[in-house]
Formats: sequence, C-alpha cells, structure tokens
Amino acid sequence: MSDEAPNDPKPQVEGSPREEPAPAAPEQQATEPAGPGPEPRAAEVEDRERRGPSGEPVRSVTSGERKRMNRRELLKLVPLIAVGAVAIPAFRQPILNEGLRFSDWAAGALFGRHRLAQTYSDREVAPFEKFPYNFYDVADPGVDLEKWTLTVSGLVQRPGDYKMDQIQALPKVVQNTRHVCVEGWDVIGNFGGARASDFLRWVGADTTARFLEVTCVDGYYESIDMATVLHPQTLFCYEMYGKPLDRGHGAPLRLQMPTKLGYKQAKYLDSVKVTNVLRSDMRGYWEDQGYSWYGGL
Amino acid sequence: MATTVAPVKSPAETTTVVYEHPLVVRIAHWLNAVALLVMIGSGLRIFLAFPSFGPKVPQQNFFVLPPRPLTIGGWLGGALQWHFTFMWIFVGSGLLYAIYQVVTGHWRQVLFMPRDIKGVWPMARHYFLFGPKPSVDEAYNPLQKLAYTSTLFFGVVSTLTGMVMFKPVQFWWLAWPMGGYHFARGWHFFAMCGFLAFIPGHLLMVAIHGWNNFYSMITGWKREPEYLE
Repeated sequence: MSDEAPNDPKPQVEGSPREEPAPAAPEQQATEPAGPGPEPRAAEVEDRERRGPSGEPVRSVTSGERKRMNRRELLKLVPLIAVGAVAIPAFRQPILNEGLRFSDWAAGALFGRHRLAQTYSDREVAPFEKFPYNFYDVADPGVDLEKWTLTVSGLVQRPGDYKMDQIQALPKVVQNTRHVCVEGWDVIGNFGGARASDFLRWVGADTTARFLEVTCVDGYYESIDMATVLHPQTLFCYEMYGKPLDRGHGAPLRLQMPTKLGYKQAKYLDSVKVTNVLRSDMRGYWEDQGYSWYGGL
Repeated sequence: MATTVAPVKSPAETTTVVYEHPLVVRIAHWLNAVALLVMIGSGLRIFLAFPSFGPKVPQQNFFVLPPRPLTIGGWLGGALQWHFTFMWIFVGSGLLYAIYQVVTGHWRQVLFMPRDIKGVWPMARHYFLFGPKPSVDEAYNPLQKLAYTSTLFFGVVSTLTGMVMFKPVQFWWLAWPMGGYHFARGWHFFAMCGFLAFIPGHLLMVAIHGWNNFYSMITGWKREPEYLE
C-alpha cells in the first residue's frame, strides 16, 4: 500500500529540508528519506497486510505448504487423544478411580475443622413423617435394645463395651441440620446425641489416629476420617425430634454428621474402632462398590 | 474493512489461509467438548437416582425423564465417578480458555456487549427467515457472540452450582445467592438445559459451513475465509 506516504507531508519536512532543496520526483523523495531503506518499510506493510480483521496471521501458501502446516498443527493436538483412554474398558476404571480419589483429596483439603454446617430454626425442620427412612437391608434388624452395647476397640486407652447410659451421661447436643443424600434429595431434621469427640476423649482414644471404623448390627460398615469425627457437629445420635431413635432410623445409636452425605451416617451402631489403617475392602458398604469414600459436604 | 487484503493469486496454485484458532483455544475447545458430553451424560444418570426437585417424601418425579441409554455410568455410583473425574477437565479447560482470552485480549471478539444487541435480530432473520445477510466486519457476528457468551455463562453457573452441591457446607457463602443448597440443583439443571439448547444449533452451523470451517478448529488454519474476499 503506497497511499499513505505520498500524502503525508512529514517526511518531506523533517527528512531533508536543506540538503535536498529541490526534489525532482517528490513521490520518490517522500518514501526514501523516511527510513533507512525501502525494504523494511515494504516488509512492514506486508506484515500489516498479513493480518485478518482481528489480527489473525494470514499467509499465501501453495497446497503443499498448506498441507504441511495443517499436519504440523494436527500433530500438536494428538496428546488430546489420551482423554479417549477412558473409552478403553481396561483403562476406564483405573482412570475413574483416580478421578474419584483426586476429588476426595480436594474435598479433604477444603474441609474446615471449625467450619460449622448451617443450622436451622425449628420452623424449617421437616415434619417427622416427612423424614425418609433409608436402609440398605432391613428397616429393623431386630436389635435387643436392653442388652445393646457399643464395642470400642483400637487405639484407645479404655476399650470395651459401653452402655447407652454412659453415652447419654456425656453432654447432650441437639441440632437442626440438613441431611443430604447422594441421590440428590435433602431434608432438615432435628437430631440429639453426644459429640463423637467427647466420647472418644472420654474413652481415651488417640485422636491423632486417622480413621474411625464403624460396624453396624445389620452388617453395614463405614469408615470416617478423624477430622470429621472430631468436628463439633458430629454426633453419636440417640434422639430424633426429641424422642429416642426409632428402629427405622437406626435405634439405638447412629452417626449424625451434617458434614457428610447420608450413606456415611451409619445406623444401628455395633462397634467403633480407632485405627490408622483401613482395609481396602472395609472402607464402607457403598464405598466398596464405587461411591466416594470421603463423601463430605 | 480498511485493511482488506488482496490475496496474492499470481503463482496460480497459492491460496490464502488464516490462522483463526490458536492452539490453546483448540485444545480447550476439544477438551471441553468431550468433558461437557460426559458431564451431561453422567449428570442425567445422577438425576435419575432422584428425578425430582421436590421433597423425598412424598416424591414427585419430574415430568420428563432422560432415557437411560443416553446416560453415562450405568448406576449412580458409576455416574458420579465419571462426573467427579471429568468435572476437573471441564473446569480446567474452561479456565485455560478464559485466562488465554483475557491475556491475549481476544475476549473482545467473543464477549457479547450491549452494542451487539442491535445486530442480533438482523442476523437471526438472515439465519432463520432467509433475510438479507448483514455485513459483519468482526470475527464473530452478534448472534455468534450471543451464543458463545451464553455458553460461558452456563459454564460459570454450572461450575458454581456444582461446587455448592459438591461441598455445600464448605461453600455455604456461594449457596446463599442461589437461594440455598436446595436451589443449586435446579440452577445446575438449568445450566445443562442451556448447553443442550446450544449444542444442536452449534453443530448445525458447523455442518452448514462445511469441512473447511470445521477443519480450522483442528489445525487452526482456515482456507480462503469469506471475510477476506
């Protein structure tokens, strides 16, 4: 493009007012003194030309060059094929397991030990009849409530069988919190019980241990990270809506953790064990089938 | 445009090519496309575990349920594994794209601005009612900007609502502007519907504009684009 320079008076004025007083061919004079030579200026113009409306590089190429450019760019995307590995059955489950593990790791890192789950007013609590009964085997595994004890083992100073009176002698906490199911529903309920942390300290548990393993009368089992067990809202729950737990809701004792999903809230508790090692097939009934182990909220 | 290019046609066999899509954009596009399909497929399977936005007792199912063959994961636990794996790819590719667009200033080509409003109807009339083609001197026309910007919006909404559903206790402050935890699920579903509305239109446009246009999202180079003629 040569339409700018000839109309621009500046090169003539600034470039050579005295040394070349009478330019015979003003069009040539206008361009030449402006820069060291015509080549860079031409390249500059060419460069400006080789841009699309939004500054995209533009090239004029032969079909052979174009194919080479396309091939080069195509090769840069080849690593993306790695994502397609999930389509291969042999690779699929290991990849998804890693994804789940990473999500659990992130969830554990996000967990605030002192961050409380929201609590609600009594008006916001769902009526008792609308609090769902959820169980994996039977609603009533036939616990003998008179003879029931909680067996405590593992890294504790006073292992043994504990009676309900002993658990109820600990300070009682009542809270209106949201119960969230992995399926997607949620319900606000009223729960009462002893803090798991109070109980563990009372039996002399090593609270620096990593996990609490839980087994249930109906054969269900769970394992919880110690940070969540020690959370102030984590209860050994023996009451709902001001009454002793009914059989459908896990009488006589269940876990109640507003920082965990519903499937972690084991019912009909039989034993708890403080440990640093989890058996890979005893992480939890649903977890061993593929649910998130952390299951945190 | 003032910078109209006269393609060099002198050696008969040369063609003009434009580097339309930088490598980062192409990587982000294809990662996001795969992740989005997996997120929708597995999300629909998760939804089937409780296909309702109401209470559990009594349960009132949504008026339309996704057909199982279109879902991913087989069961709730499997679908959650897909969802929890690909959400990182979905968000990661989205962030990669967003950061790149901000750093390069390319966001100006894509982001729908108030000044684009007046151009939407003429463009829609051209596409859907065979009206005259409005002249466009930008990389994307107003209707394209609207469509692409809405997907960015759906991406942000689905990510934030997803965070609230994933960790409602930790992200309680995010749940509040959505109307609380319970509403987050509804907004998450809404964002998916937005993507489902975008995808067919996007694919139709790609089909209409042909192989040359499609190929440019793979290699970056577009042959003889119409805006340079």
